[in-house]
Amino acid sequence: MTLEVQLRHQFEGFNLDVDFIAPKGVTALFGKSGAGKTSVVQAVAGLLRPDAGRIALGGTCLFDSAAGIDLPVHRRRLGYVFQDARLFPHMSVSGNLRYAARVQGRAVDQKEEARVVEMLGIGGLLARRPAGLSGGERQRVAIGRALLAAPELLLLDEPLAALDEARKAEILPYLERLRDEAGLPILLVSHAVSEVARLATTLVVLKEGRVVQAGPTSDILSDPEAVPALGVRHAGAVIRGRLVARHEDGLAELQTCGGALFLPGVGGEIGDILRVRIRAQDVILSREKPAGLSALNILKGRIVSLRSGEGPGVMVRIACEEEHVLARITRRSAAAMGLAEGDEIYAIVKSVSVAQGDIGG
Amino acid sequence: MSGWLGEEGWAAVLLSLKVSVWATVLSLPVGIAVAWLLARKEFAGKQIVNGIVHLPLILPPVVTGYLLLLVLGRRAPVGAFLEQTFGLVLAFRWTGAALAAAVMAFPLMVRAIRLAFEAVDPGLEDAAATLGAPRWRVFMTVTLPLILPGILTGAVLAFAKAMGEFGATITFVSAIPGRTQTLPSAIYGFLQVPGAETQALRLVIVSVAVAMGALVVSEVLARRVSKRVAGQ
Repeated sequence: MTLEVQLRHQFEGFNLDVDFIAPKGVTALFGKSGAGKTSVVQAVAGLLRPDAGRIALGGTCLFDSAAGIDLPVHRRRLGYVFQDARLFPHMSVSGNLRYAARVQGRAVDQKEEARVVEMLGIGGLLARRPAGLSGGERQRVAIGRALLAAPELLLLDEPLAALDEARKAEILPYLERLRDEAGLPILLVSHAVSEVARLATTLVVLKEGRVVQAGPTSDILSDPEAVPALGVRHAGAVIRGRLVARHEDGLAELQTCGGALFLPGVGGEIGDILRVRIRAQDVILSREKPAGLSALNILKGRIVSLRSGEGPGVMVRIACEEEHVLARITRRSAAAMGLAEGDEIYAIVKSVSVAQGDIGG
Repeated sequence: MSGWLGEEGWAAVLLSLKVSVWATVLSLPVGIAVAWLLARKEFAGKQIVNGIVHLPLILPPVVTGYLLLLVLGRRAPVGAFLEQTFGLVLAFRWTGAALAAAVMAFPLMVRAIRLAFEAVDPGLEDAAATLGAPRWRVFMTVTLPLILPGILTGAVLAFAKAMGEFGATITFVSAIPGRTQTLPSAIYGFLQVPGAETQALRLVIVSVAVAMGALVVSEVLARRVSKRVAGQ
């Protein structure tokens, strides 16, 4: 099932004009606040009526200004998880979870409910009222409530934005399981690159109401042209590695296309494919294979492009087989080293963050 | 009881209770609808509707009563129509007393319910819609339970106001003992008769007791409901 979105809407002092396709998997709408991400999701949900456009999910047309179609919100078959959870305060957690079945006039699917409750770890909360829950618990219940609406499309509007790092870490694995188990198209609004890198299969970058980049997440994250849209600090590619060994000092060894990476605190089984995000500013380049360095993680590749922006930095894109690593170095270093496209190069990685589970992208 | 209050006094108490209950119950659905309209909708003439609703609060009650008589008297256009079509007579009947009380209490009721509507987060209603609830079910399952404390407050205020309504009632339906003489008009009546102060005082005690009782009941109910609604 694919979601097609094409819409135009004029706000006061701001024009929204977007056109993109969200295939199966997680499609992230990424951009700064005010870029129009939430408006797009609201239009898909039917909570905002665009001036013009067409929104279709699979074979179902949700909205078409030319044909005069505007399916009411309650018939769009969505699961919408809001930033602020929006649990019904006068119902128990269980009442919230069963609300959709109640208003849709169908019997509660006990098996499905048990599965969702188990996946989100909210079994102990069922009798409680939302007011007594923590932020993370609330958000998990909101996700469960959306899933139990028997949706054909999931909309996640910054589901983690209101949470601190610890709570985020608590919920992210649930969202990953959702992506891998639910089998629905998921539209995720986010302004955090780390979240996008970890969850999204497709990335749509919005800026001032327009789509500036769209495509598979790994392609866009390693595309130097996309760096200005993502923000220089956030730029960084995602590469895949197979977990090959766990060493006695607690480090896990990942085999990637460019060589071995040694990382602490990695979960998963031997043989799993993991995704690691390497921020461009955490990479140092060297022409020769470095020796006598404390850094353990050195990847070998070939420079495919050098891109300098307005600042003093140069974004270097390095390819190893099908995958890419981005490195951000100063223009001065690039000139001193005489870097050119096609050169063989070693990337020394200072720190890596791991996204567990394979997105399949 | 009727001995202590006297037949006339007792009849007035019963009539006032009947009039106030009917006034409150019948104006509640209209009050909820008007409060919803004022809280949630933008339309041409909204300020006029708002003004008309609040008019009885500001006008001298006698004027309100007289206006009711002008419109709903047996020979007035609307009053004659109601009598011919439905056999409903309002002027100088207890039904008219209920209507006068309802009109006078309406602004208080609408105000309380409107504030409750404005306090409901529309985001919750959006969330209910995304889960598959059509509009009326959103209203019944989310909005209405959440404004219940406001509805209770509005109803108790309206009931208390109806129990005490005097000016519009006596103008519209007079104070016929046993038929349209409500508690306040009976008190007033006794005060006009030399030597009937004791009876007037007894009715005063009853009316204070009813008012206090209503307040306590509403307080307890409202507290219980807000607790439930706030999710505790």
